Amino acid sequence: MRYIAWQMLTGDRAKYLGLIFAIAFSTFLMSHQVSIFCGLMNRTSSQIDDVEDANLWIMDAKTQYLDEVKALPDQDLYRIRGVEGVQWAVPLFKGSSRVRGQDGKFRGVILMGLDDASLVGLPRSVRLGDPRRLQDPETMAIDETGYRFFFPGEPYTLGRTLDLNDHTLRIVAIINSSAPFVNLPVVYTRYTQARELVGRERNQLSFILARPAPGVTDAEAIRRITERTGLKALTANAFGWETIWYYIQNTGIPINFGITVVIALVVGTVVAGQTFYLFTVENLKQFGALKAIGVSDGRIVGMILMQAVIVGAIGYGLGIAMTAGFFLATGDNLDLRGFRMLPEIMLGTAAAVFLIVFMASAVSVRRVIVLEPAVVFRG
Amino acid sequence: MNPMAVQCRDLHKTFGVGEDAVKVLRGVDFTVPRGEMTFLVGPSGCGKTTLLSVIAGLLNPTGGDLEVLGVPLASLRGGTAVEFRRKNLGFVFQQFNLLPALTAAENAAVPLLAAGWKRKAAVEKAESVLADLGLASRCRAMPNQLSGGQQQRVAFARALIHEPHLIVCDEPTSALDAETGHHVMELLRQAAVRPERAVLVVTHDSRIFPFADRIAHMNDGRVEKIETQSGGPTC
Repeated sequence: MRYIAWQMLTGDRAKYLGLIFAIAFSTFLMSHQVSIFCGLMNRTSSQIDDVEDANLWIMDAKTQYLDEVKALPDQDLYRIRGVEGVQWAVPLFKGSSRVRGQDGKFRGVILMGLDDASLVGLPRSVRLGDPRRLQDPETMAIDETGYRFFFPGEPYTLGRTLDLNDHTLRIVAIINSSAPFVNLPVVYTRYTQARELVGRERNQLSFILARPAPGVTDAEAIRRITERTGLKALTANAFGWETIWYYIQNTGIPINFGITVVIALVVGTVVAGQTFYLFTVENLKQFGALKAIGVSDGRIVGMILMQAVIVGAIGYGLGIAMTAGFFLATGDNLDLRGFRMLPEIMLGTAAAVFLIVFMASAVSVRRVIVLEPAVVFRG
Repeated sequence: MNPMAVQCRDLHKTFGVGEDAVKVLRGVDFTVPRGEMTFLVGPSGCGKTTLLSVIAGLLNPTGGDLEVLGVPLASLRGGTAVEFRRKNLGFVFQQFNLLPALTAAENAAVPLLAAGWKRKAAVEKAESVLADLGLASRCRAMPNQLSGGQQQRVAFARALIHEPHLIVCDEPTSALDAETGHHVMELLRQAAVRPERAVLVVTHDSRIFPFADRIAHMNDGRVEKIETQSGGPTC
């Protein structure tokens, strides 16, 4: 009977391809949009993820997410260093500035000021150069996006200069940093240098990066820091998620993407369901004949489900391949870096497609089950 | 072996309830002997197709007794009834009801596939049955490549392939022209009528009456008279 089900399904090419297209399109739309959404949300915490040396992020108690910071007084750094169980703590400046190229072209940048001595906070993935040269005066590291913006089409070369707030800085490293939420270049320099670049404010310490002493857990260190200083301390992972949730709760991004995903689900279900239903209705006489001949309801339901699973699997495979193809084709585009299809998204989309197929076939199954086989004797 | 393939006593079938109830069968007393071809004839709406559906186990009677091949159909439930139908009955439908995506041989093999036969073996047997019906060269043709008469012969093959003891045919010639109808009835009679098997044909096509051994005349939900063609069919 499996053969008959297969032949019935593929016998009507137009409907067969229509079903597959509907499911493939839904799969593509869902997996693509969810991937973009997840990529975008990941970008909100990319500067946190890029800091691999420190476990803990310490900030003002009212800080909600990475991009809106109330700077701390410098003495907070010493208070943190004084907390028992903290192995080391270093300052981190995060702010913005404007960079001007030699040809006068300028652009806003995210400016990261790293601890002068240790350079903690610099991404480990270096495209070109030696990050330790950042300890030289008037130097900077820039990410690939920034380099390509200011020197389009030119090979990566060290020693070139850019102006930040009337300071001319020399590029000593090109960094492969994660894409930030706003698609701005990221510039790294020393903490003291960064403070000079942005001008005078009473407090300029954005974050303190710290690591617990050996034998002290992150949770214990966080508890002690909070108790002793009243500052907010989070693990990098927790701070990343807090930042992501801030964007989810305070922007229209998830709603917009959510609407697209729901539309994909609804369109997929309606188109696939309607086509599958029409396919079944047009074959009702055949199903009636099979029932009369002595094929049980269970086997006919099995045939319909098999047909549904086949179109679901092929449509899902094509849709996922389309999404994967998109991300492969755009993999080299720096503006789209960080966007990729995660295995969780593939699994989630598979579950959604299963739902589409289930709902599409449920109506057809019901129609066939209630079908009286005597219908075959009515002309 | 019970010489009667079908025995109906005071068989009733009503559709709907209350004021909307329609009594279609109003006490049918009727038998179908094995080894013969019995025609069920009568005007439109007299209940022929309903009686055929009840005998075939596709509709449940509202009252009366019905035995098919010695088995009271009322005693069969769900899967047992389906299995009984699959093993013992062959069906020929007015519109052939061939699966358009299957070849002629695959269509004829459907009852064997439903019984769990392997496709290759089932199709081989179907090809042999189709050859007996004069369709050896058309086994791989799709239904839309066959004439109406050829499609009906494929439907006969599907009804015969599992060697059932009762074949029920609903208006087997109504979709065919006179000459083709005559030819397929000749074939049906030749291939289907066996001593252990009964063939029950519902028709209003008087041109094929000569093929019947017995003709049951229905009117207003009852079998009013049964004619036996003396000396057998005159075709």
